[in-house]
Amino acid sequence: MNKKHIDDIEKQMKLANEGLPECERCLFSDDRPSSVEAFNKYYEGFLNWARSRSLWMLAFGTGCGATELRPLMTSRFDMARFGIFPRPTPRQASVFVVGGYASIKTIKRIIRSYEQMQGPKYVIALGSCTINGGMYYDSYNTINRLDYYIPVDVYIAGCMPRPEALIAGFNRLKEKIRAGECEGMNEYTEKFDWYKENQKQIIKDWNMPDYNW
Amino acid sequence: MTMTVALYTVISVTVATVYGLTLGGIVRKLYARVHGRFGPPVWQPFLDIIQTHGRRVSVSHGRMFYLGPVFRLAGGLGTYLFIPVIFGSAVFSNFSMSGDLLLVMYFIFFGQLGMALGAGQGGHPYSPMGIARGLSQMSAFEVPFSLAVIAVAIQYHSLNITSIVAAQQGGFMNWTLFTNPLAVIAAMISILGMNMHAPFSIVMAPQEIPIGPPIEMNGSFLSILQTNRGLFAAAKLVLFMNLFFGGATNIIEMIVKTFFIYMFSVFVGAAYPRFRPEQSFRFFLKWPALIGVLSIAYIVYLGGAS
Repeated sequence: MNKKHIDDIEKQMKLANEGLPECERCLFSDDRPSSVEAFNKYYEGFLNWARSRSLWMLAFGTGCGATELRPLMTSRFDMARFGIFPRPTPRQASVFVVGGYASIKTIKRIIRSYEQMQGPKYVIALGSCTINGGMYYDSYNTINRLDYYIPVDVYIAGCMPRPEALIAGFNRLKEKIRAGECEGMNEYTEKFDWYKENQKQIIKDWNMPDYNW
Repeated sequence: MTMTVALYTVISVTVATVYGLTLGGIVRKLYARVHGRFGPPVWQPFLDIIQTHGRRVSVSHGRMFYLGPVFRLAGGLGTYLFIPVIFGSAVFSNFSMSGDLLLVMYFIFFGQLGMALGAGQGGHPYSPMGIARGLSQMSAFEVPFSLAVIAVAIQYHSLNITSIVAAQQGGFMNWTLFTNPLAVIAAMISILGMNMHAPFSIVMAPQEIPIGPPIEMNGSFLSILQTNRGLFAAAKLVLFMNLFFGGATNIIEMIVKTFFIYMFSVFVGAAYPRFRPEQSFRFFLKWPALIGVLSIAYIVYLGGAS
């Protein structure tokens, strides 16, 4: 292969970032995300054990379900005793709790935040409206199924699910992490084009880079 | 000989880090009990470090961003390694030499400055806000602390921590706490700011500038900062124990004394709400600074500094 050919292939591998104005494209990275393999079996098992006991939750209230997170944090249900803590920045968080319905405005922020989280990252979808739309199934401005847009590890059904249900959901997530089944981070990069297509179908004003590093 | 020193250093640093992190876990448990919760287990800080270190990817924002946590850890290590932890112990004497008190005070400041450069490159607006608050507060609480240190240096005619500890041996009435109580009051108020619990928790202020300077730090960068938090906390407590509470001749004494020094700032933190930044800076420059000046006057004119 000559150099021009290699350049062409590299260009195809880069993200177009077409949503950004021409002058701003140089400010953002155009690299595609790539899958990261797990460490060796025993070390990964040890890390998964620690990850399941120290879940840092991205405490963004992205829907009415966020109401249920407040009693979960405070003295009545106290999630800290399970090793779950709120974290105000996506860079440090490992669990994204999508709190109920995601409007089209919100799903844009959910995607930005999810992509900024450092893997391995997990998603808990809370409430019926993330599964099939729930009571907003025919709304003009909410999405119906969350897992068309980001990979979801655990769903918690209900409208609203009580904090007890959330604790059960977190325990299910912990079991899955320890079993090494939560590979949403790699799933997202492997099916990147499919996810992006779905996201761009629903978000009309796409004015951000194709992947938010 | 070199190998022995290296081995002793590794043991000393490990013990201090583990102790500091365990203290952090106890504090979280204690705050939870004050809130009426059970709280996380005491070993939670260790799990958090493994978890953050075990991230498969971490994003960097440039060279200074890499160096920020390294400088911070160097500041923590530097502070710790120049303080004799246990008086008369070969393993825990670290690298203390004459004139080391000024060096230690410099190292307390050094980590913060390095972190300021590193976190600034993260580009998040909360980072510089936290740094501005942190450096201003540090300059403010350094005033009563430095005055207390000057009083101690005048009293014992030395800047060498080992000889300051040696001068306080032979009964608790020889501690600086009883020979120069004003200096200890000024220093104990400044440790409230140094430990950054409420009412001086303005740097990492949750709900306000959520977690301040390290907001963009992730993965291994954050795990370095968390490790340093344990080591640095232990180093500061040991310094205060040496200067004001007679040092320690064995590890049990060290743990008991530093535990209660730390609990002082934790109890204050659990009882008070947070100051606004300008209230915090002004607080240190008023009464604590005055008490610091009085402590020097006391030791020079009345305390019989011979």
